[in-house]
Parts: sequence; C-alpha cells; structure tokens
Amino acid sequence: MTHLFFSLTMGLYICATAAYLACLFRTSPGLTQWASRLLTIGCIAHILSTIHLASLGKHLPLTNMQESLSFFSLMIVGAFIVFERRYQVTTLGSFVTPVALLMLIVSSAMHGAVRQLPPILQSNWFWFHALLAFFSYAAFAIACGVAVMYLIQQHFLKTKNFGALFQKLPPLETLDEISYRCLAVGFPLLTIAIISGAIWSEQAMGSYWVWDPKQTWSLITWLIYAALLHGRLTIGWRGKRAALLSILGFIVLLITFIGMKHSITW
Amino acid sequence: MNIIVVGLSHKTANVEIRERVAFSPNQIEKPLRELVALDNLVEGVIVSTCNRVEIYATTRDIAGGIARVKRFLADYHRIPLESLEPHLYSHHSEAAIRHVFRVASSLDSMVVGEPQILGQIKTSYGYAAEYKTSGIILNRFLHKAFSVAKRVRTETQIASSAVSVAFAAVELAKKVLGNLSDKTVMLIGVGEMCELAAKHFLNSGARGVIVTNRTFERAERLADEFGGEAIRFEELLANLHRADIVLSSTGAPHIIIGTKDVEEAVRRRRFKPMFFIDIAVPRDIDPKVDNLENAYLFTVDNLQEIVQANLAQRNREAEKAEEIIDKEIGQFYKWLSSLEVTPTIVALRTRFDEIRKAELSRTVAAWKDATPEDEKRLELFTAALMNKLLHTPTAVLKKAGQGGRVDLYVDALRQLFDLEAAPEEDEELELEE
Repeated sequence: MTHLFFSLTMGLYICATAAYLACLFRTSPGLTQWASRLLTIGCIAHILSTIHLASLGKHLPLTNMQESLSFFSLMIVGAFIVFERRYQVTTLGSFVTPVALLMLIVSSAMHGAVRQLPPILQSNWFWFHALLAFFSYAAFAIACGVAVMYLIQQHFLKTKNFGALFQKLPPLETLDEISYRCLAVGFPLLTIAIISGAIWSEQAMGSYWVWDPKQTWSLITWLIYAALLHGRLTIGWRGKRAALLSILGFIVLLITFIGMKHSITW
Repeated sequence: MNIIVVGLSHKTANVEIRERVAFSPNQIEKPLRELVALDNLVEGVIVSTCNRVEIYATTRDIAGGIARVKRFLADYHRIPLESLEPHLYSHHSEAAIRHVFRVASSLDSMVVGEPQILGQIKTSYGYAAEYKTSGIILNRFLHKAFSVAKRVRTETQIASSAVSVAFAAVELAKKVLGNLSDKTVMLIGVGEMCELAAKHFLNSGARGVIVTNRTFERAERLADEFGGEAIRFEELLANLHRADIVLSSTGAPHIIIGTKDVEEAVRRRRFKPMFFIDIAVPRDIDPKVDNLENAYLFTVDNLQEIVQANLAQRNREAEKAEEIIDKEIGQFYKWLSSLEVTPTIVALRTRFDEIRKAELSRTVAAWKDATPEDEKRLELFTAALMNKLLHTPTAVLKKAGQGGRVDLYVDALRQLFDLEAAPEEDEELELEE
C-alpha cells in the first residue's frame, strides 16, 4: 500500500517536474495549469503514503534518513504549493520541484525497514522538535530557491541580457519579498525547534547541550539565519547579500540534516 | 463583382507624398461621392491615415477600375499621374481581400501589431457607410476584416510586448521593482522623451512625480501637468533617495549623478532598489552606478535592444496571423463568388425566355389555321426545349459557385448573352462588433 502511494507520488512528481521545467522554455497557460495539477495530486499521494507509513509504524515516519528525506520532500512541495497560490510564481516551481524530486529519489534508493521505535525517541519533545524543524526547513528551502532565482535575474539585469528566461522570472522585489516571508516564518520555527530539541536532549541524554556535531551545526544554521533576519530588520539588508546568505544558510542546513544520522546513535 | 484596392503606404511612399495624397476627414464626403461616380465603380471606401492612403472599391472591370481610381487619386490631389504612379500599388480579387485583412490586423503597419490602424479603418468605413458609398459587398467585406483583426489580436501575441522605448522602460522597471503602485518617479530635465516615459509610468500606477530642471520654472510647469512636485536643481542629490525610478535627460556636458551619490541615496533608502534610466548624451549618470548593489542603470540603447527583441517576437507571431488570414480569405471569397451565381442564372433564364416568347408569338401569328391546342403544344415544346438547353449550364454554374471559382463563368455568360448587371438585393447586415 505504501509502496503503491509512493510509486504514484514518484511518477506524478517526475511529470510535474518535467512540466515545470518545460514552463521555463514555453509560454502556455495550459502547461502551467497541468504542472500545478500534477504536483497537487502528487502531493496528496505523498501525504497518503506518509499517513500509511505512520499508521504502520505507529509514529511519524521521521526516524531514519529514508523517511526523513521523503518527509522533507513533502514539506517542500507543500510549502511551494502555498507560495504558488499566494504569489503566482510558476517559475519557482522550476527551481523547487527538482530538489523535492531528487530528495524523493534518494529516499527511495535508501534501505529502510519499519522497525521498533528506539526508546530514545519515545518522547513528545522529539516529535515536536522534528516536526517544527521540518516546517522551518521547507520555508528555508523555498527561500533558497527564491534566492537562486534572484541572483539569476539580477545577473540578467546587470549584464543587460533580456532573453526569454529574463521575461519569465518574477521581478526582483517580488522574489525579495517571498524570501523575507520565508525567513519570517522559518526562523521562529527553527528557534523553537532547537529549544525543544535541547529539552529532548536533556530528557534523553541528561544534558541540554552536548556539543555534538548535530547540535553545533544546528547552532551555526541558526546563527546564519539570525544574522540575516537581524541585518534585514535593522540595516535593511536585501537583494544580493540577503540572497547569498540565504543560500549559504540552506547549504549549512543540509549539512546539519545529513549529519543527523551519524551524530545521534539510535 | 470584384474588389479592388489602390493605395500607397509608408512602404512605397515617403511622408511628403503621403501628405499630398491624404484626405482630410472633414471633407471626405466630396471625394467619396466622386469616387463612386466613376465609370463602372459601384462601391467605395477611402482610408486615409498618416501612414497610408487606400481606396477600396468594387467593380466589374478590374483593369479599368484600377486605372480610373489611380487617375482619380492623381486628379483629386492635382498631382501628375506619372509622378504618383510609381508609389501606388493595386490589388484585386483574392489579393485585395488579403491586403485589407492584413492591414486591419496591423500586419502591414510600420510597427507590426500597433493597434491604431483598426480604429482608423473603422472610422473611414463609418464615413463611407454614412454617405452610403459602401454597399452590400464592402459592408460585408470590412466587417469581415474587423472580425479577422480581432481574431488575430486574441489568438496571437502580436501586440503583447512593448515596442516603444518609453513602454520598454516601464516593463523593465517592473522587472526590478515589481508593482509600481507605491513608486515615485523623478524626472531630471524636461525632455520630451522623459515626459513620455513619465506618462507611461503614471499610467502604470506610479504614485508620484518629482521634477527638477536647471530652469526651475520649466520644472514647475511640468510638475503641474503631472500633479507632481518640483524641486530646485541644487536640491536634486538631497532628494535622490526619495525616488524609486530616476529618468535623466539633461543637456549637461558632464556627469551629474555619481556613484557616491547613488550609494548614499540607496543607503538612506535602507537598500531599497533604485531604477535609473539615462537618456542624455553625453551621460548624466555615471555608468559605474550599475556596478552598485540595488541600483540598476539602463541607457536608451538597452531599451532599444528590448524593443528590437520584442519586434522580432511580433514578427514571429505575425506568421501565425497570416495563417488565420489565409483561412478567412477562402471563406469570404466563397461568399463573394456565390453572390454572383443566382442573379446570373436568373438573368440568363429571363434572356432565353424573352427570345422564346418573341419567337413563339411570331410563329403563332404566321400560322393561319392553328388551333388553341396547337398553340398550347408549341408553347410546351419551346419551354421544354429551353429548360433542357439551360439545365447543364445552370448546374455547372451552381457547382462553380460552391467552389468559389465562378468569375470566369459569370463574365463569359454575361458577355456571350449580353446580360444586364445583376440587380443587387438588399441584405440585412450582421454587425460583428
């Protein structure tokens, strides 16, 4: 059953990604609509697959890399669907859906069996921590995609290259605004996620902060986004600088995420 | 009946000649009446814009009709035909239909896709309709042209991109600043180009205008016009940060806005981006401003480039438009041809019947001992003979009418049997707009 939903999700994501990429090269309202529909149906299949997996294991499927990647992918797609509705930025899909698809493919290639939940994870603080962390990750992923688009569009403007892609990409200020919204949502979520993670760490290992690589990298991620938000609110950082920091933040975030498996011994 | 087109346009004549041949809309009645009074000319419409002067007419005699319209154009404007003739083009039948469809769809315009031409043709047709110089064929023809133009507009992207420098500036600003509704435009200098661009920005929703100029009075005058604010030239740099969009076109021999000034302004704006357009030659704004973060500087050359690219795109769209026109021509031409069939058949039968009746009465008069029965028999015999003889020509003509290739038959029949011009039935016009 899970496998069926998962395959369905994969197929739909592949089609949606192809459609979104085609949108970069062709102007067709029909194509845009289909891309959006395919992705939405794919997202529903993904949610069903996740729910089914959760009901099998009697817990949220976030306990190993395979499950986490799939969940990450789901969060990104969900966040994108929300932003696409809000800002009408189809081109964002061309940058975000490939990432989500890649995560899903890597996830499917990994080996993971439903297994007994280790005692260390049997804490509400852990679930709270993990869920919020993924919400913030999704927001930061969108921010990163938007930042890449910003840099490309800015490059076009500075080099006076007014090609087809230039015409398709949204205005700089729109991209900047989306980036800010993502940050404004993602940062508080990440902050609470780190605090709840510390509380869980205290329960599970007897110490709030053990300076293991996972926690250290989380702190670095948090500091980068804190600097970005601070710079933005006090000095008015925006544009290229904000975009570069946003991309850096997401790279560090990915390192944190991938490093997670090795740091906590479950 | 054939449609003919005689005219000249920006492609065949320069502006001096076009001006001399132009018709003033205030005095259009006289030339229209003179036009349809020409020999063999039935209906006529005169289109006169700054880029073209064209006459659409219907006639039975294509070559003669075209020659007479050319002569009319020359005589009316008192230009020797020999000097006007090289600039004139003429089309008839299908080519004439194609020409008018293309003109109405703005495929023949100087700026392909510009929308004014359709309105101008509609106005010209309005005059002809008012003075009743257009009739059943031109009415239908021009309404068809309007609907074809509408189809082209909605089914292709021929008019979707900016093809003027001023409009390109607005499109470009939107690519940086997004929504323009809360943005302020600053005009440095009061050049015509800047003014035009400012108008476009205001039309696109820009919130306000700040005008500055070396002569403060001129700045004030322009600011009044836009409902904006005038500032003294010395206060320019102190106010630079208030502008989101800066349009500069002074005649200053040196740079008036340097990188330091822009850096300062951007900082004061808390790094909200600024959009500069430098129209002046020599430049008003240091080209290095473009290297600054959150400042975007464009020159007229950049805008020209966008315009050129958009024009190229329009030309690609124009190909799609030609396909639409191809289809519509076929349909209209069929209608035009079928128009001739029924009246010709009626005329032919009437002709035969006249001859038959004349011969019949002569025969009866000469036949001394004919009984009424004999007369009846003779009557039936001649009628049957006539019907048999006419059966095949009628069938062939009807079939040709459906295929849209009927001119040859109609003309041949009219000449062979010396038929009258077809009486024109009045038809309810379907207005397509």
